[in-house]
Amino acid sequence: MNLYSKEIMKHFKKPQNVGKIKNPSGLGKVGNIKCGDIMHLYLKIAKDKKEREVIKDVKFETFGCTVAVANTSLLTTMVKGKTIENALKITKEDLVKKLGDVPAIKMHCSMLAVDALGEAIYDYYKKEGKEIAPDLQKRHEHAEKVEREIKRKFHGEEQG
Amino acid sequence: MKKIYFDYAATSPVDPRVIKAMLPYFSEKFGNPMSLHGFGQEAKLALEKSRKEIADFIGAEIKEIIFTGSATESNNSVLKGLAQANKEKGRHIIISQIEHPCVRESAKWLEKQGYQITRLPVDKYGLLNPRDLENAIKKDTILVSLIHASNEIGTIQPVKELGAACRQKGVLFHTDAVQSFGKIPIDVNKMNIDLLSASSHKIYGPKGVACLYIRKGIKIEPLLHGGGQESGLRSSTSNVPGIVGFAEAVRIAKKDMKKENLRLFRLSQKLIKGLLKIEGSHLNGHPQKKLPNINNFWFDFIEGESLVMQLDLEGIAASTGSACSSVTLEPSHVLMALGLKHQEAHGSLRISLGRWSKESEINYLIRVLPQIVENLRKISPFKTSFKFD
Repeated sequence: MNLYSKEIMKHFKKPQNVGKIKNPSGLGKVGNIKCGDIMHLYLKIAKDKKEREVIKDVKFETFGCTVAVANTSLLTTMVKGKTIENALKITKEDLVKKLGDVPAIKMHCSMLAVDALGEAIYDYYKKEGKEIAPDLQKRHEHAEKVEREIKRKFHGEEQG
Repeated sequence: MKKIYFDYAATSPVDPRVIKAMLPYFSEKFGNPMSLHGFGQEAKLALEKSRKEIADFIGAEIKEIIFTGSATESNNSVLKGLAQANKEKGRHIIISQIEHPCVRESAKWLEKQGYQITRLPVDKYGLLNPRDLENAIKKDTILVSLIHASNEIGTIQPVKELGAACRQKGVLFHTDAVQSFGKIPIDVNKMNIDLLSASSHKIYGPKGVACLYIRKGIKIEPLLHGGGQESGLRSSTSNVPGIVGFAEAVRIAKKDMKKENLRLFRLSQKLIKGLLKIEGSHLNGHPQKKLPNINNFWFDFIEGESLVMQLDLEGIAASTGSACSSVTLEPSHVLMALGLKHQEAHGSLRISLGRWSKESEINYLIRVLPQIVENLRKISPFKTSFKFD
């Protein structure tokens, strides 16, 4: 008997795209205010033949639970090869649908993966000096707010 | 695949000898102890014999033991029942920061009813200081309720000294002995205990039965009103098979305690030595003043829920105080009370041993855990330090 669905355990047993990318095009670092999980997501972005910006490579690292690992692993497999535009369309619900039964209390873990992706793309746009769409700006502001709360809640004085 | 159970502090399998003792009381000797006829009296005899077994075990009188449905019920009864019975006398209650949720939540509920709660801190090993208790007792303190041995880290409190401090100040002293009962010797008189909670399912008895020791003369308001069973303190038809099983579990625990204690102590020593060889591993709780069967560790840079799930995949059942595994998404309050940081409590692992734990199982865990920890560290963004930049 397993606590989690087959799909979750599949990704958890063998997480895809774990690690770092040297000189990434974008890096998203997010934390989870609820439980204290931490996620780093790296993107390598390049233009394809049609001059569209495509995610060529993606890697992640997480200090988190089974569902956080499985979610991010799944997300990385979904965004690889996608245009940034399409990657940004992926929602928490899309991940949950693919993972099968995600316990209600673990829903916030799915958000972590999506947030990390948003932050990585935001980071890329910032570095490239590109205009940031209002939706992404909103996502970034939310992530920043969570980050401030986490620093206060989990490791106050540790921050320099 | 091998299946190894290292979660005896959560619950334990029922000993076959206990089942055997219980069986006649389901269909054959099924009477209600309140009945006047032979069926009832047969059940009553078993009920009272069980009560004596448990009373003798902790040096109590027969009438001082009442049976309940769970340790949660016992603890709720003490806090709420005593608060109710003594509300004219005072409204201050002392607990510790490392109580089981049933004591913590009962105290929190009483706080909402206008009672004042003091929560005593512990040192880095999880130990309470009797002097802190003396200083915390006030004129209107009606009850001190402190856990005997921690369910998470196994640290054993100096209950005798804590009880003496209460006695000196004339305050009632309750201890939640769910983890220590049946594992280490308890004498309510020598240890200055006025009330004590214990449970059957932690000592290889059935679930759904527990007891409460109430020293003679202490007034307590019952939670359940009805037919007046258990001296009017816990109305409900007696769970005779469960109680008989509980008593049999106590009989076995008493008989084997010394030998079993030493065996578990040796296994735990081996386990601790083996796991602390893993780089970045730490022991939680007191290294000596602890139960022989509960061992709690934390590992740098990894998260405990995924650690427990990885162990489960290897056939090993253990538990964690990680926020990810709790219904509140807060890390263990016990580990936080020791002074651990959130991320340190995140990586905690409890290995609790019991009657059927074998050396070969310890060896297996020592063999597979280093690789699991390493794999999880590979996924972790913190490989060398907790830096949250």
